[in-house]
Amino acid sequence: MKAFAALLERLVFTPARSTKLALLRDWIATQPDPDRGIGLAAITGELSFSTAKAGLIRALAAERTDPVLFAWSYDYVGDLAETVSLIWPARAGVNAAPPSLAAVAEALATAAKADLPGLVAGWLDALDASSRVALLKLITGGLRVGVSARLAKVALAEHFARPVDEIEEAWPAVDPPYLPLFRWLEGAGPQPRAADAPVLRPLMLANPLEEGELAVLDPASYRAEWKWDGIRVQLVATRLGQRIWSRGGEDITRAFPEVAGAMEGLHAVLDGELLVIRNGVVAPFSDLQQRLNRKSVGPKLLRDYPCAVRLYDILFEGEEDLRGLPFDARRARLEAWIDRFRPERMDLSALVPFASWDELSRLRDGAREAAIEGLMLKRADSPYLAGRPKGPWFKWKRDPLTIDAVLMYAQRGHGKRSSFYSDYTFGLWRADGELVPVGKAYFGFTDQELAWLDRWIRNNTVNRFGPVREVEKALVLEIAFDAAQLSTRHKSGVALRFPRISRIRSDKPAAEADALDTLLRLVENRPDRPSGSAVAVREGAWPRRST
Amino acid sequence: MRPHPETWLKVTPGGLWCEPADLFIDPARAVPRAVVTHAHSDHARPGHGAVLATAETLALMTRRLGEGRAGETQQALGYGEPIDVNGVRITLRPAGHVLGSAQVVLEWQGSRAVVSGDYTPRPQATCATFEPVPCDVFVTEATFALPVFRHPPAEGEIARLLHSLYVFPERTHVVGVYALGKCQRVVSLLRASGYDAPIYLHGALPPMTEIYRSFGQDFGDLRPATVANKEALKGAIVLAPPGAIQDRWARRLNDPVVALASGWMRVRQRAKSRGVELPLVISDHADWDELNATIDAVGAPEVWVTHGREEALIHACAQRGVRGRALHLIGRGEEDEATEEAA
Ligand SMILES: [Zn+2]
Ligand SMILES: [Zn+2]
Repeated sequence: MKAFAALLERLVFTPARSTKLALLRDWIATQPDPDRGIGLAAITGELSFSTAKAGLIRALAAERTDPVLFAWSYDYVGDLAETVSLIWPARAGVNAAPPSLAAVAEALATAAKADLPGLVAGWLDALDASSRVALLKLITGGLRVGVSARLAKVALAEHFARPVDEIEEAWPAVDPPYLPLFRWLEGAGPQPRAADAPVLRPLMLANPLEEGELAVLDPASYRAEWKWDGIRVQLVATRLGQRIWSRGGEDITRAFPEVAGAMEGLHAVLDGELLVIRNGVVAPFSDLQQRLNRKSVGPKLLRDYPCAVRLYDILFEGEEDLRGLPFDARRARLEAWIDRFRPERMDLSALVPFASWDELSRLRDGAREAAIEGLMLKRADSPYLAGRPKGPWFKWKRDPLTIDAVLMYAQRGHGKRSSFYSDYTFGLWRADGELVPVGKAYFGFTDQELAWLDRWIRNNTVNRFGPVREVEKALVLEIAFDAAQLSTRHKSGVALRFPRISRIRSDKPAAEADALDTLLRLVENRPDRPSGSAVAVREGAWPRRST
Repeated sequence: MRPHPETWLKVTPGGLWCEPADLFIDPARAVPRAVVTHAHSDHARPGHGAVLATAETLALMTRRLGEGRAGETQQALGYGEPIDVNGVRITLRPAGHVLGSAQVVLEWQGSRAVVSGDYTPRPQATCATFEPVPCDVFVTEATFALPVFRHPPAEGEIARLLHSLYVFPERTHVVGVYALGKCQRVVSLLRASGYDAPIYLHGALPPMTEIYRSFGQDFGDLRPATVANKEALKGAIVLAPPGAIQDRWARRLNDPVVALASGWMRVRQRAKSRGVELPLVISDHADWDELNATIDAVGAPEVWVTHGREEALIHACAQRGVRGRALHLIGRGEEDEATEEAA
C-alpha cells in the first residue's frame, strides 16, 4: 500500500505524460504480483471500489477526533479524504502490519456492508498518512490521477519492449490483476487471446500535405474525401460485443450509446469520423464537444446532439481481414457492405471527384461549411497500413483564418511552463468601445516568443486574481483559428476552434485590432449567413510551425 | 508571593518586553536591547543597540544583515550559561530549530518564563537538540498547530527524493529550501543517507552554509549551481531558495523535477498551488503532536502563543486545563510563508 500511495502522490503532482509513463514503468518493474496489476487497474479506473461513501469516512473521523479541531482542519485542507488521512490519530498498541493493496482489494470485494467501518478503521490504524489518503481515495472512488488505460498499456509496452498493439490485442482477454498478461510479457506464457474480442486494430494515419508536394503527385492515382471536423473512431462489432475506440485507444462506447446500439448484430471493423449530424447536416465541432468526455449521457443530450459515424474504410468484414486490399477495393467492399446492411447512425463519406490539383484546390477553398476541415487524399492502390506511413494518405487542411486581437489576461501554464505566463486570453473591440474576450490560446509561439510575452506581461500587469494577471490592453496578437462558431457560453457569443498565436504584433496599436463584428462575419453557423458567400479576411498568414 | 510573568513580561507594539531587565525578545523593530532567539528574518531584525544571542546566531545574523547592522554591540552567550540583567536571570537553552537557535529562559523573583522562539524537539544533526525547561509560562509558536500537521520522519522524505533520482536519472532535481537551516539540514540528511555525489547550491545558499562550516560542520562536496554547467546538473540535486524553484532560474535547468522541503507540503493543495512535483515534508518546526507533548513536558499552567494557528493550540490546551493566550505578535512566521511572488 505504501508503494501504491507513493505512486499516486507522484501522479497527482505531475501533469507531464512522459513523467507519468516513467512512474508507471517503475511501478511495473518493481511491484510484485498481484499488487502490480491491481494498482494499474485501480489508477486506470478498470477496477473501481466505490464501496464506501463520504459519510462513512466522516463518521469514522468523528469517533476519533475532536469536532472543533476536525472542523478547523477540514476547513484548512479542503478535502475530506485528505483531512481524515492527515488527522487520523495513532492508536497506542496498534501494531498490525499495513495491508497490501491486494489484501485491501480482496477484502473490499467480499466484505459485508456492516463490516466496512471496522475494516476501514483497522486499515487506517495500520497505515501511514500518505497510504491513508490512497486508501480513502481508492474506496471512495476519487483517485483521479489522469492515467488512462491506454497510458498504462503504453507503459507496459515500453517496459517490456513490445509493440503496444500486441498489448492492446491481449488486453480484453485478461482481467485485473492481469497475471496471464504479465506471464506472457515476461516470456513465460502465451499471448492471452480472446477469440473474436472487439479489440482496437492499429489505425492508419495521414501526413499533412507540405507546400509544393502536390506537384510531384499524380492526381489520377489519388482519391479525395472531405475531412470532417469530428473525432476519428474505429467501430468494432463482433459476436462478443461492440466497441467504439477513439484514435488514442480509449474505449468511448458508453459515451455514444446510440451509435453502439446501431452496431448490434453487425460484424465488421470500420474506420470513420464521429460527428453530430442533424437531418443529414454535420454540426460544428462545438456541438460534438457537448458529448465528449462523458461517462454516460442523458436523454436530453442524445436528443439535442445526435451522433453518427461517417464511414471511410472497412478493415474487417466478418472474420475476413481486408487490410491488405488496395484502397479502391476496400472502398468497393465498404459501399457494398453499407448497401447490404443499411446500418443506422452510419453513412458513407463521399468521394470528391476531381481532374486536377487546381480543380481540387478550388473545391477546397470554396468549402466553408462549418464541419469541413479540408480534404483527405488517399492513394488508390494503398493497403491499410498501421501507423503513419509517408505517401499513401495526406491531410490537406484549409488555411486557417486570422484576426488581430488584444491580449487581456495571462495565466501561468502547467508543468514545464508553470513559471511562465503562457495561457493567454485575448479580446476584440465591440462597437461600444468595450474589449470583450473571445478566446484563449496556449501555443503557436516559439520559446523566445514565450519568454518575450512572459516579460511583457510581468511589466504590464494592472491587476492580479490568484494565478491570473490582467494586463494593460496594449499588445496585439495575431490569432489563427480553424473556424468560428456561435456559442452561448462565451461573453462574446463566439467560440473559436483551435485558436493559436500566429504572430506577436507589437508593431500594431491596440486600437487598430479587429472588431468583434469582423469575427462575427466569419461565424459559420450564423442563421442569417448567406450560404456560399466568401468572407474577405486575410488568410494564409499562418507560418508553418510545429506546435 | 511569586509575581505572575504577565506583570513583568509584556506584549508591546515592538514585541515581547521584559520590564525589569528592560530588554525585548525578538523585537519586530529596532530597540536599544534585544535578546534574539535565532537568525531567521522574522526574529532577527536589523538596527538594535545591544544584541544578546548565541555566538552562532550572532555570526549568522551578521552575515545576513551585514556588518554593523546586527547590533551596535553584540554579546555571545553559550547554552546554559546564566547572566544577570537588573536582577533578571537570563539563560539560553537549545531550541533545535536552526544552528544557534535558543529558547530564552527568564527568571524574576522566583517566577520563570520560557520564550522558545521557533523550535522542534526532534533531534537534528545540524544543531543542538531542544531541551524542555519547566516553567510558569511557556511562550510557544504555533506554525503547524493543526492536527493535520504530523511531520513524517525526514529520512523517509529523503528516500523519496533519492527514489525519484533513480526513476528520473536524466532530470535535475531542484529542491526548494530556506537558506538558513533547511538547506544545511537537507544536505546533512542526504549525506547521512549515503548520498555522496556533489550537491549543487543556488547562489543565495552558500553564505549561511559557510557559517555552519565555520562552526565545524561538514557537508561534503558542495558546488555552485550555475547555468554554465547545465550538463553536469543532469541527474543532480540542486538546492535553491523556494522563490527560485519556479523562476526563470530553474527553468534553464534540464527538465527539472521541482521539489520543495517544507512542513506545508503535508497538504496537497499547498503543494499543487506552488507547482511542486515532489513535495517533501521536512520541517524545522514542531508538528502538532510535538507542540502538545512539549507543553506537557514543560508543565506550565499557562501557555502564550506567538504566531501561527493560535486558536487550535489554545483549544487543545484548554482541554487539559492549561490556560492559553494569543499574543498576536506582529511580523512573525514570514520565513515560512514566503510566497513565490515575494521571494
Ligand atoms: Zn525560525
Ligand atoms: Zn519564525
